[in-house]
Amino acid sequence: MLLSLAQSALPIGISGIEKRFGGLSVLHDLGLDVAAGEFLTLLGPSGSGKTTLLMILAGFVRANAGSIKVGGEEIITMPPHKRNIGMVFQNYALFPHMNVFHNIAFPLKQRRVSAAETTERVERALDLVQLKGLGERRVDQLSGGQRQRVALARAIVFEPRIVLMDEPLSALDKSLREHMQIELRNLHRRLGMTTVYVTHDQREAITMSDRIAVMNAGRIEQIDQPEALYARPKTKFVAGFIGESSFIPVECRDGGVWHEGGKLRMKDPMPSPGRYSMVVRPEKLRVVAGEPTGDVNALAATVGDVIYQGDSFVCYATLKDGRQVTLRDYCRPDVLAKLPAPGEPITLGIDAQDVVLVADQ
Amino acid sequence: MSVASASLDHAGRPDRAINAGALRADARRESRGLLALLSPGLLLVFAVIIVPIGWLFWLSLFDETGQLSASNYARFFEQASYIKTFVTTFKVAFTVTGACVLFGYPLAYMLSQLPRRAAGACLIFVILPFWTSVLVRTYAWLVILQRKGLVNTWLIDLGVIGQPLPLANNFAAVVIGMTHIMLPFLVLPLYASMKSIDTDCLRAGMNLGASPTATFRQIFLPLSLPGLASGVVIVFVLCLGFFVTPALMGGGKVIMWAMRMEQATSLYSNWGAGAALGVVLLAATLALLGLFHWLLGTRATGVWSER
Repeated sequence: MLLSLAQSALPIGISGIEKRFGGLSVLHDLGLDVAAGEFLTLLGPSGSGKTTLLMILAGFVRANAGSIKVGGEEIITMPPHKRNIGMVFQNYALFPHMNVFHNIAFPLKQRRVSAAETTERVERALDLVQLKGLGERRVDQLSGGQRQRVALARAIVFEPRIVLMDEPLSALDKSLREHMQIELRNLHRRLGMTTVYVTHDQREAITMSDRIAVMNAGRIEQIDQPEALYARPKTKFVAGFIGESSFIPVECRDGGVWHEGGKLRMKDPMPSPGRYSMVVRPEKLRVVAGEPTGDVNALAATVGDVIYQGDSFVCYATLKDGRQVTLRDYCRPDVLAKLPAPGEPITLGIDAQDVVLVADQ
Repeated sequence: MSVASASLDHAGRPDRAINAGALRADARRESRGLLALLSPGLLLVFAVIIVPIGWLFWLSLFDETGQLSASNYARFFEQASYIKTFVTTFKVAFTVTGACVLFGYPLAYMLSQLPRRAAGACLIFVILPFWTSVLVRTYAWLVILQRKGLVNTWLIDLGVIGQPLPLANNFAAVVIGMTHIMLPFLVLPLYASMKSIDTDCLRAGMNLGASPTATFRQIFLPLSLPGLASGVVIVFVLCLGFFVTPALMGGGKVIMWAMRMEQATSLYSNWGAGAALGVVLLAATLALLGLFHWLLGTRATGVWSER
């Protein structure tokens, strides 16, 4: 039954994965646990090793060391065709010499499923990805979005224990991509398959994932739920890669965190003494009038460009040390009325609870 | 647009299509210009393809005495030797094409799977003989295969055989020599088509549960068929008209169509008979090409929509 994946979803335990290409090390002692039925995204810039990790999971690339356990069973040396893992490729990799029906029926044919059951399951998979009645179409008669759906149907029709997706939406245009993100998310909620998703698009990762593993230079920098990852990045790389941020240098000494001679108000516990960067998200900054009160930190700045973007505006401001910060706010009438003018000196406020420090690399 | 500013055409209707006449004239001017640019090419095609073929056909309609007759064509049905030559020609072409597929497919497959640099180096060994004269290569095969050639001398010296094997001057020799010459014509298009197969498709096959053998059979092989077909067509058609190798390696025992043509024109000076042979060969080749096209065009996709 196609809708019974939740029961068969299995956890993945990845540990100690090492991969070198020639002398170049691309994955270092990589460990990661994916819960049964979880939607986990590997997010990182190109060259961070996320696709290599996916290829090792699928069995197309052999690791130099490490272990992959699916539901407790070691699969690191298992050939790809025995792993029972569904995969959606970046370019879809549909078989051009077969029509839609036979593409989706391919994994069932390999498993010697009877013709009647094959037809039934392919029809159901087509229905699930909203391609009912397109079984006889040739692959080259499909649009990009339809190909994407066929690739998805083919990857789940045999009820694999795990589904891997390698930037499956990157070839689609923006609006279709956003639509497919929601659709994939809903499909995952319905079927509950353990999913490992690879993307370099942080917005896509945030939209779709239960948890995100941010990868950089062959290592996992941070693995967390999207909200935690955005609000409480643990490294400068994560803060810079997810969302927009400005960094303001601060120093921790004498039982306080200091910026330009002023003591910062913050809710987080004090880190060990040393130099840090304060992560400032554009929407956490606001223009304050006069001396701020309560748990708000004030930063003196000069307004640079103010850019109107329809629903919101962006204001680039320069701090006293010449560092640029970005402020973003919605275009509400009261805000629009008091829009700062270029060159004007202003005071920027950031709440104590929004102060996040990351170690300076 | 206000009514006052709208112009009226000759029939008194408002002329909404602005500049329509000028644009039509411009389009006509452009097609005339393009035709003028094309005309040298068209003339060349006419002069070197249409005229000679027409002439060949015209020549084939006259007998030795210069009388208009169908005797040149009647000969194909009356003389057994003609039919035998025709059969031999196709037999050689089929065998050589088959041998080329047998050797060429694994070779092209290996080349396509090698890393880029190694494949480039190996391709040189495919292309190098391709650049060597056919005559030189045919004589080289004679040196290897003849009664006192390399193979027979070695085998006798090693005591494997007592009497020399009949390797030259027969059907097998023609096939060996021609296979060697035809192989690049099959390997090169096949290699190109194999290189263009998306490796992700093969990965997808394995990912979906097909063993490496099943992936090859169900995905790689069908996707390489168009390249194989074009290689087969090239080799087969070239074989039908081949002259040098069968003439030298066949030892007069393997008479192919092209050799008959040579006899008719240079030995008997019967241009009509030679031309008729040419016309029949051309017609047979075109018929075969049509058959291939039909098989690949309508069947190739059809096979895969059945189960």
